[in-house]
Amino acid sequence: MIIGLDVGGTHTDVVLLGKNGIEREIKVPTDESDLFCSVLSGLEKITANIDPSVIERIVLSTTLITNAVVQNKIPEVGMIVSSGPGIDPEYYRTNRFYYPVAGSIDHRGREIEPIDKNEIERIAWDLKKEGIRYVGVVGKFSVRNPAHEQNIARILGNFFEKVFTGHRISGSLNFPRRIATTYINAAAYPIHKCFFDAVNKSLQKKGLNVPIDILKADGGTMSLDSSSDFPGHAIFSGPAASAMGAMPFAPDNEDCIVLDIGGTTTDIAVLINHVPVLNPVGISIGGYKTLIRSLETHSIAVGGDSAITFDNHNKLKIGPQRLGPAMLYGGSVPTITDALVVLGKVKDCDSDKSYRGIESLALKAGTSAMETASSIFDQACNTILSEIRDMLSRINSKPVYTIHEFMEGYKLSPKKILLIGGPAPYFARRIEELSEFRIGVVPRWNVANAIGAAIARTTCEVTLFADTEQGFTVSVEEGFKEKVAVNFSMSDALKTASALLMKKAVKRGGNSSDLEMEVIESLQFNMVKGFCTTGRNIRVRVQVKPGLIHGFDSIADMLTV
Amino acid sequence: MKLTVKNKTGLVFFPAFDWAISPTHPEREERLLYTQDQVFEEGLLDIEGIEELRPELVTVEDVQRVHFCVPDVDKVMTESHFISAGCAKTIGKAVLDKKIERGFSLARPPGHHAMRVVHGARGFCNVNIEAIMIEYLRREYNIRKVAIVDTDCHHGDGTQDIYWHDPDTLFISLHQDGRTLYPGSGFPYELGGPNAFAATINIPLPPYTSDEGFLFTIKNVVMPILDDFKPEIIINSAGQDNHFSDPITQMNFSAQGYAALTSILKPDIAVLEGGYSIEGALPYVNLGIILAMAGIDYSRVEEPCYDPDKYRQTPDITMNIEKTGETVLSYWQNRDKMAERIRGNKDFDERKRSIYYDTDNIREQQKETVKICPDCAGALKIDSTSDRGTRLLAVHIPLRACGKCRELGYIWYHSADSNSYDMVFLQDRTEDKYLERANE
Repeated sequence: MIIGLDVGGTHTDVVLLGKNGIEREIKVPTDESDLFCSVLSGLEKITANIDPSVIERIVLSTTLITNAVVQNKIPEVGMIVSSGPGIDPEYYRTNRFYYPVAGSIDHRGREIEPIDKNEIERIAWDLKKEGIRYVGVVGKFSVRNPAHEQNIARILGNFFEKVFTGHRISGSLNFPRRIATTYINAAAYPIHKCFFDAVNKSLQKKGLNVPIDILKADGGTMSLDSSSDFPGHAIFSGPAASAMGAMPFAPDNEDCIVLDIGGTTTDIAVLINHVPVLNPVGISIGGYKTLIRSLETHSIAVGGDSAITFDNHNKLKIGPQRLGPAMLYGGSVPTITDALVVLGKVKDCDSDKSYRGIESLALKAGTSAMETASSIFDQACNTILSEIRDMLSRINSKPVYTIHEFMEGYKLSPKKILLIGGPAPYFARRIEELSEFRIGVVPRWNVANAIGAAIARTTCEVTLFADTEQGFTVSVEEGFKEKVAVNFSMSDALKTASALLMKKAVKRGGNSSDLEMEVIESLQFNMVKGFCTTGRNIRVRVQVKPGLIHGFDSIADMLTV
Repeated sequence: MKLTVKNKTGLVFFPAFDWAISPTHPEREERLLYTQDQVFEEGLLDIEGIEELRPELVTVEDVQRVHFCVPDVDKVMTESHFISAGCAKTIGKAVLDKKIERGFSLARPPGHHAMRVVHGARGFCNVNIEAIMIEYLRREYNIRKVAIVDTDCHHGDGTQDIYWHDPDTLFISLHQDGRTLYPGSGFPYELGGPNAFAATINIPLPPYTSDEGFLFTIKNVVMPILDDFKPEIIINSAGQDNHFSDPITQMNFSAQGYAALTSILKPDIAVLEGGYSIEGALPYVNLGIILAMAGIDYSRVEEPCYDPDKYRQTPDITMNIEKTGETVLSYWQNRDKMAERIRGNKDFDERKRSIYYDTDNIREQQKETVKICPDCAGALKIDSTSDRGTRLLAVHIPLRACGKCRELGYIWYHSADSNSYDMVFLQDRTEDKYLERANE
């Protein structure tokens, strides 16, 4: 059996999945100040009276690193950055101990200026003196040639506990994002390690000797082991969990919106024929733009617990903050949930408290409680709908770079919204009435995100670059470099990349029967000197698509029965 | 230190990774590859205030506002031309809609050698990207005075041809001396037709001109003329083949020079033209231009092998440039008197030309007749024959044509002898119409 756990802003959801569907589901309140306690109590409750030996896999989706980065509660680390010509790297300073250094590589991976060993050693001593234990090393164009990053890391090796190099994160070109991502990984590392070591220890005490997988923002998982090199990948796994949970219920051969309405936020994701749309560059978090691969998701500050107040123009305002629980549950500020109570959608014997809250708003607005509740509710639905439309037009207006893509340009046009999250069923009909979409509520909507985490497969990506003029092919993230002949072709490149991808996926905890691979980029160019072709420049990117693990593809049937 | 943009800048990036004139032609798939690598690696598209726009296509009508295509638009344009011209149009619209303050269209193929009549491709160009954009903007946004500063190393003879008779379009071309480079034109005495005298300005620069000479000319010749002309928008045909590493030219301009030029000129819109040093120049030059347009510090943008001393211009080059500048400025200052003398008492002005389409190997003979008109740009007809045996009559009625010139245009169009011409076209810009007389 598999445990899926997803930490949300309000609740932590946990499910136990067996071959016949959900064996058990629970919710525990999330304590943002003590996530360890929330996770552990969730795991304890879900495994109570269960034979530990039947648990095969545990997948965790937490807000640990997300919160640490957003709240800037991360330790000091050292950053060594070599840029060469271009924008001054000082603009990308991440923290106090940030050192732009000598060394330059050009766009084809050729060394323009060497690194200065003495300079690096001096910096190492400085950092050591400051008590720094983790260092990030990033070079411009290191994904074309990682030699400078590797050499710097080698020099630093003996001084520090762990050194993070930029080229291992992603094959994508984006120096500022490489800096930010490396910084986040280095700074998140001790937090991540300390947390999961503790989780592991507690589980072992209970006899649960099961591999733990971590859910990533791209809707795939990675093993706990491999996550220590890339703790940043766990950022924003929550929206990914939701999308994966809705995936089995998406309509065939059409686009579909997934809407997870939670206590604090509503997350939007998009599926094309069951497959989630990925963000082409990476996550933005806490002022950092990163190369962390993720689903294309959009989070809005509307949820069941969003506080209702008046803005400067005396109009009702939803959110953006959560100021405690709904008045129904003893809070002091009226919320969307309270409006739902007044509208008779949520039934509860304590409904008086909600009435009191909404009435106080109605009094100020000069209308009835019922009218106020319904205008709050419509406003919430309309906000969500307009954010969906904005997001779709944003995705559809992304530039493309070939005539073929331009002419064939796929445009998203979803007709259906799948709803999950606690308040989902209350919203369904009204959103349908206010829009052109068909609405479906995912079965077990209130824990669908935890189910999504449980059944997500391992994903990863490999970028391969070949330059037959210089006679090499390289996948820097994989530490792979080989000589190639002049006739090395696109199909050779794809074969090489697929083999690397398979190896990587298995190493990251994937099961070789689950690995649905696809080519996401394949470009080749003749390189010409004078008027002669001197070689070929090939760029290939392959990935394991986000999807469900083998044996749970039919989970939809189990849950709907 | 925070990276801040002074001017909100839009980019359209369309490297057309699946289009080439031929596999080893300079105008091939790989041309903008390393530029894209540099732009992506520098993270330019993440900078707040730099926005990447998705291009739209131009329409056949957009093209017919400018060109007479033989036999028709679809025969001389491929999809890539519709997109490349569409990139410029997208930037132009965004600037005039005030979505961005400035914009740069980095697209291929280029366009500044394409003239009004198009039998095929010249100098890697089929249709004129800038002109299609400008005439669209004039139609949709009612702008009038436009300045084009062409900094490609080759004379922008196509743009010059299209605006030869238009007093509302100031065309200034800086280029390597036509005696030493394709297309062999662009001398200071080429000043435009009698109705638009000195709205065409040519500033040839000697081979091996460096940053110093370019910037001198921009500051001391181009800027004063622009200040006098007072255009509503300034467009830079941003060719990048003046670079010291360009394989098909002999100039010594650098990435720093290009960036400085851009920050002096302050174009509202820049459109990429030529530039074939795709590894050594384009990544750095484009980076410099984009940063300069956005008003971001570009002081650290430098080619790996750049040594300013090695590329410094000699004193006789400096003298040559200063002298050309004086000549051009004296033409500009005396333009009214000179124009009067040229117009004299004539009713019409004629010019006969032989035009070679080097890319497609076509030879065209043209006889152009323009009505000398004190009230408008003058009705224009072009009698054109290509060595492929096609003869056409193309009549152009300018945008702000007076009633008489408009009438004359229609008389020319209707009275053309159908036995002599394979095709007869009319561009009536006053009504945004394009007519073709069916050949019986």
